[in-house]
Amino acid sequence: MKKTYKIDVDCANCANKMEEAAKKTEGVKDAVVNFMTLKMIVEFKEGYDPKEVMSRVYDNCKVVEDECEIFY
Amino acid sequence: MNKKQKKMLVRIIISLIATILLLTIKTEGLLRLALYLAVYFYIGYDILSKAFKGIIKGQVFDENFLMAIATVGAFVLAITDGSGDYLEAIAVMIFYQIGEWFQSYAISKSRKNISALMDIRPDHANIERDGEIIEVDPDEVGVGSIIIVRPGEKIPLDGIVIEGSSSLDTSALTGESLPRDVSLDDEVISGCINMTGLLKIKTIKEFGESTVSKILDLVENASNRKARSEDFIARFAKIYTPAVCLSALALAILPPLFILITSGEMTFDDWVYRALTFLVISCPCALVISIPLSFFGGIGGASRAGVLVKGSNYLEALSKTKIVVFDKTGTLTKGVFEVKGIHHNVLENEKLLAYAALAESASSHPIAKSIIKAYGKKLDLDRVKDIKEVSGNGIIAKVDDKEVAVGNDKLMSSLGVSYHDCHMIGTIIHVAIDREYAGHIVIADVDKDHAKEAIMTLKEIGVKKTIMLTGDKKEVGEYVANELGIDEVYTELLPQEKVDKVEELLTKKDPKDTLVFVGDGINDAPVLTRADIGIAMGAMGSDAAIEAADVVLMDDDPLKISKAIKIARKCLGIVYENIIFAIGVKLICLLLGAFGIANMWLAIFADVGVMVIAVLNAIRALYVDRL
Repeated sequence: MKKTYKIDVDCANCANKMEEAAKKTEGVKDAVVNFMTLKMIVEFKEGYDPKEVMSRVYDNCKVVEDECEIFY
Repeated sequence: MNKKQKKMLVRIIISLIATILLLTIKTEGLLRLALYLAVYFYIGYDILSKAFKGIIKGQVFDENFLMAIATVGAFVLAITDGSGDYLEAIAVMIFYQIGEWFQSYAISKSRKNISALMDIRPDHANIERDGEIIEVDPDEVGVGSIIIVRPGEKIPLDGIVIEGSSSLDTSALTGESLPRDVSLDDEVISGCINMTGLLKIKTIKEFGESTVSKILDLVENASNRKARSEDFIARFAKIYTPAVCLSALALAILPPLFILITSGEMTFDDWVYRALTFLVISCPCALVISIPLSFFGGIGGASRAGVLVKGSNYLEALSKTKIVVFDKTGTLTKGVFEVKGIHHNVLENEKLLAYAALAESASSHPIAKSIIKAYGKKLDLDRVKDIKEVSGNGIIAKVDDKEVAVGNDKLMSSLGVSYHDCHMIGTIIHVAIDREYAGHIVIADVDKDHAKEAIMTLKEIGVKKTIMLTGDKKEVGEYVANELGIDEVYTELLPQEKVDKVEELLTKKDPKDTLVFVGDGINDAPVLTRADIGIAMGAMGSDAAIEAADVVLMDDDPLKISKAIKIARKCLGIVYENIIFAIGVKLICLLLGAFGIANMWLAIFADVGVMVIAVLNAIRALYVDRL
């Protein structure tokens, strides 16, 4: 399953770091962060609850970039 | 400017003024340090706190950390050597903030610019309810509703004209500036602007399924598919920063240690300063921001020209196009038959056409239609009777009480009429009147207006080979290929054989080159997906083409293929310029810094300057009109 979330982040490198962090999160099959459109597209692994996974993604992103926001 | 940017701008201006004041007022000792520190914390508190948080979370090596270390280091050096020169630390922080502010401003500005360019989203639809025209959200209009579009308004949903006629401006969708005339029963697509007359339209799709929504969705999500150069930069940034930090550490320790051992001189201060300069240069911002911005601009510019590119990766591949494979019908030719000539006729052309058209008047076959169209006048159906269709061969009918036979050579043979073959390529329609040969009509598919020019420009911009695949007969295929100047042609291919052929071409080519297949997207979806890049033509309203292709040309013009390649090349050119420029300047600064030639001032100017230039260069990708 794929879902798109709106994000807010200031710099392009931070967006790359968020993408990296999201990819490594448990339950995430693949993630793409589009800095230009400020969107995060997350593909979830089978059998995971998107809401639960997204809260983990959020925490992981907060570690690499304190000033980021994900609207999920 | 948003609130955050305004706040930051105020902070930058205040600290600039404060710094200038500090420079003019002579202060000494601790008071001086305290005043400078106050300005320093005012301009840099967010950076310092982010750096601190980063360290706690184990995220060293980010820009904030680097800036914090470099500026704090500069302060410490100024205190230890007793010079009291604190200006450098503050200046570096201020310039770093100016750089960040400009970056954020430029990005949001270009985001806005690009979305304004693609502003084809209609904001309302007019429907009639109880005799009154009211505005509703296009989302709320169901299939089969009647909508009213006034002159100057955008057509909100795909539909069919049921009343009125007008000219439509399709340039936002196709890049084509010539208006399109529509009248009763014509299909219209959303996103066009109604220019002259009031139209009543019956909708055939919901808003979410309408052309305008599909296109917007496609363009907005195109930059999700990242290009190889984008990935390269992301990887580069990941190793670049740590590498520079480690070399900074080495620079601070190893050379002074060596000098200490060999000559006994203490030079630590000097080398620590050089190491701090290193840290200022180590920020990868310029690179990381300019690459996606260039691609975003390129995709935005292309869509303005009527070329939809579905991803940055496709734009990258498109720039390396070396082989272009075409489908014939609908791609290079119009796919409609036209009368090309009338030969061996005993009657006048017009009279012969009239007889043929009347005989064919009841048929819906494309050939019949083309004859009727060529005749061009209203058919007096009273003159025709007893129409008999001879399956696959033609038609025999009574026109003006004469027996008129219109059809192929088999029909002539069966009637015992001797006929003449034709030297022209195409479908030959013989006409016999009362079993006497009256001549033949040559019907052929016509080349698109720009087909020949399109092949020529492709060659001019360095495409090595052009190939045509067609299911049509050998003579017809070779004739068209020859006329248009195509290098190779393969004829009489079934759809599956087209896929095989493309696969064969793919294995034979240099892996660095891109093979592009151009089709009309109707029956060549498998080939479109199989080729490196599939380009679908004339996709206005055709969902299959938008689905299967990587690049979609919104109008039928084959000239847009070379335009798309040129746009891709310009965009990739900008990407490479930025990569080389940014990395180059950084390396030079690192070198100068290591030898003590560049100071921190130069380093921060280089860093911010490179970023500003790279961002401005990236925005250039948006402008593709003159390509």
